[in-house]
Amino acid sequence: MTVWLHIVAIVLLASLGGALWRVWRGPSPADRMMAAQLVGTGGVAVLVVLAALQDWTLLVVALALALLAALAAVGFVKAESPDGAGDPEETDPPEDWRTNSQKVPQDG
Amino acid sequence: MSAALDLALCALILGVGLASMAGRGVFRAAIFFITYGLLVAIGWARLGAYDVALAEAAIGSGLTGVLLLAAHGRLRRLRAAAESLSRFNLPAAIAGGGVALSFGWAWFALPVPRAPDLTYALPQAGVGNPVTAVLLNFRAWDTLVESIVLLAALIGVWMMARDADWDAPLGLRYHARPSGVLASFGRILPPVGLIFGVYLVWAGAESTGGAFQGGTVLAAVGLVAMMAGIMRPPRVAQGAWRAALVLGPVVFLGSGLAGAALGAGFLTLPEALAKPAILTIEAALTVSIAVTLALLVLGPPDEGGQQA
Amino acid sequence: MADLATYILTASGLVFFIAGTVGLIRFPDTFSRLHALTKADNLGLGLIAGGVAFQTETWAQLAMLTLIWVLALLAAGTVAQLVARAALSTPEQK
Repeated sequence: MTVWLHIVAIVLLASLGGALWRVWRGPSPADRMMAAQLVGTGGVAVLVVLAALQDWTLLVVALALALLAALAAVGFVKAESPDGAGDPEETDPPEDWRTNSQKVPQDG
Repeated sequence: MSAALDLALCALILGVGLASMAGRGVFRAAIFFITYGLLVAIGWARLGAYDVALAEAAIGSGLTGVLLLAAHGRLRRLRAAAESLSRFNLPAAIAGGGVALSFGWAWFALPVPRAPDLTYALPQAGVGNPVTAVLLNFRAWDTLVESIVLLAALIGVWMMARDADWDAPLGLRYHARPSGVLASFGRILPPVGLIFGVYLVWAGAESTGGAFQGGTVLAAVGLVAMMAGIMRPPRVAQGAWRAALVLGPVVFLGSGLAGAALGAGFLTLPEALAKPAILTIEAALTVSIAVTLALLVLGPPDEGGQQA
Repeated sequence: MADLATYILTASGLVFFIAGTVGLIRFPDTFSRLHALTKADNLGLGLIAGGVAFQTETWAQLAMLTLIWVLALLAAGTVAQLVARAALSTPEQK
C-alpha cells in the first residue's frame, strides 16, 4: 500500500507538471488562471495522499488549501473587471460570444 | 520510492521558481508564484513541518495571490507599462544570485546548529505543540515584536493614502451581482472558514495550527466576503476595528508585564498559569493578525478607486 | 478488502487527473480547456479522497476528507463560472 500511494503521489505531481506547462504557454490570462486552479486541486490531492502516507495531521493542511483554493481566482476576476472591483456576471456577455468563443485569444 | 517522490517535488519547485523569474509577462510570473507557494507548502509537509506547511498554504497560495493579482490589475488600469518591469534587470539578478549563493555557502560552510532539547522544557510550557510552546512561551519576545511589526506594516500602507481619502472605506469599492455566483460563494465560504480558523487556533495548542495560521484563514474568508460585496470594508477611523488591530499586542504586552509583576520576569509565564495565559494571548493575537492581514490586502483608503 | 477499494478508487482518480491535464494541454481554445479540467479534476480529487478514506483510522478523518472534497467542488464550480465569464467579457484582451 505504501509503495502504491507513493506512485499515486508521483503521478499526481507529474500531472501538475503538465498543468504548469499550460501556465507557461497561456495564451490568455484565463488559461493561466485555470491551470493554476488545477495545480491547486492537484496539490490538495497530493496532500490527502501524503496524509495517508505520513501523518493524518496533513488533512488540516489539505483542508486549508481547499478552503482557500478559490481565493486567487476571485482576486483574478476582480482585477480583470473594468474598475478592478466588479464581478464578471454583472454585465451580459457580448452579443457575438458564440462566434467569439471559437477564436483562440492571441498573446501580444 | 519516497526518494523518487521527493526528487519529483524538488524538480517541480525548482522549475516553478525558475519559470516565475524567466520569460516576459508580469501576470505569468504572478501565477507561477502562486503555484510556487503551493508546492513549497507540500515540500514543508514532506519535511514534517506541518505548522509551516499550513502557514505557507494559507499565505503563499492564498493571500499573496490576491495581492499580486490585484496589483497587476491596478498596474494595467493605470496603463503603467506593466511589461516594462519584466526586462532583464542585471543589478537585481546579481543581487538575487548573490543572496542565493551566500545561502548556499552558509549551508555547506557553517556548522549545523544543535536543536535545543525540549524534552524537559516542554512539559512546563503549558501546551503540547512544540511550535506553539516556542512561539508563545520560550521565545515570546520575538513573537511580541513580530506582532508589532505587522501593525507597523499596516500603518505604512495607510500612509500611502491621500488626506482627502482618509475617511473613505479601505481599498476598492467591491461590488457583485446580488444573486450571482460570486455573492453566493461569499455567503457560503466565510462561515466554514470562521469555524476552521477558530479550530486551528484551539487545536494549535496541542497539534498543527496556531494563531498565525488561524488568523490567516479568518483574514482570507473575510476578504472573500468583502470582495463578494457581502461585508463592507472598514474605515480607518472606526474605533472597533482599531481596537481589534491592537488587541493582540496589548494583551501580549499586558501578560508580559503581569509576569514581571508576579516575580517571574517580563514575558515569563508561571508554569501553573501557562496554558490559560497562552490561550488568552493566542485568542487576542488571532483577532489582531486576522484584521491586520485582511486590511493589508485591502490597501489604503482610496475614494478614487483605480484612478491614480 | 479495504486496500482493494483504495487501489481501485485512487487508480481511477489518477485517470481523471491525467485526463484533465491532457485536456488542458491538448484542447484548442480557452473554453474547452475550462471544460476539461473543471469536470476531470474534481472527480479525480473525489476518487482519490474516496480511496484514501478506506485507510482512515477515525471518523473525524473521514469527515475532514469529505469536507475537503466538498470545499474543492465549491471552489472549482465558482472559479470555472467566474473565470469563464471574465474570459467571455474580454475575449480580445491578452
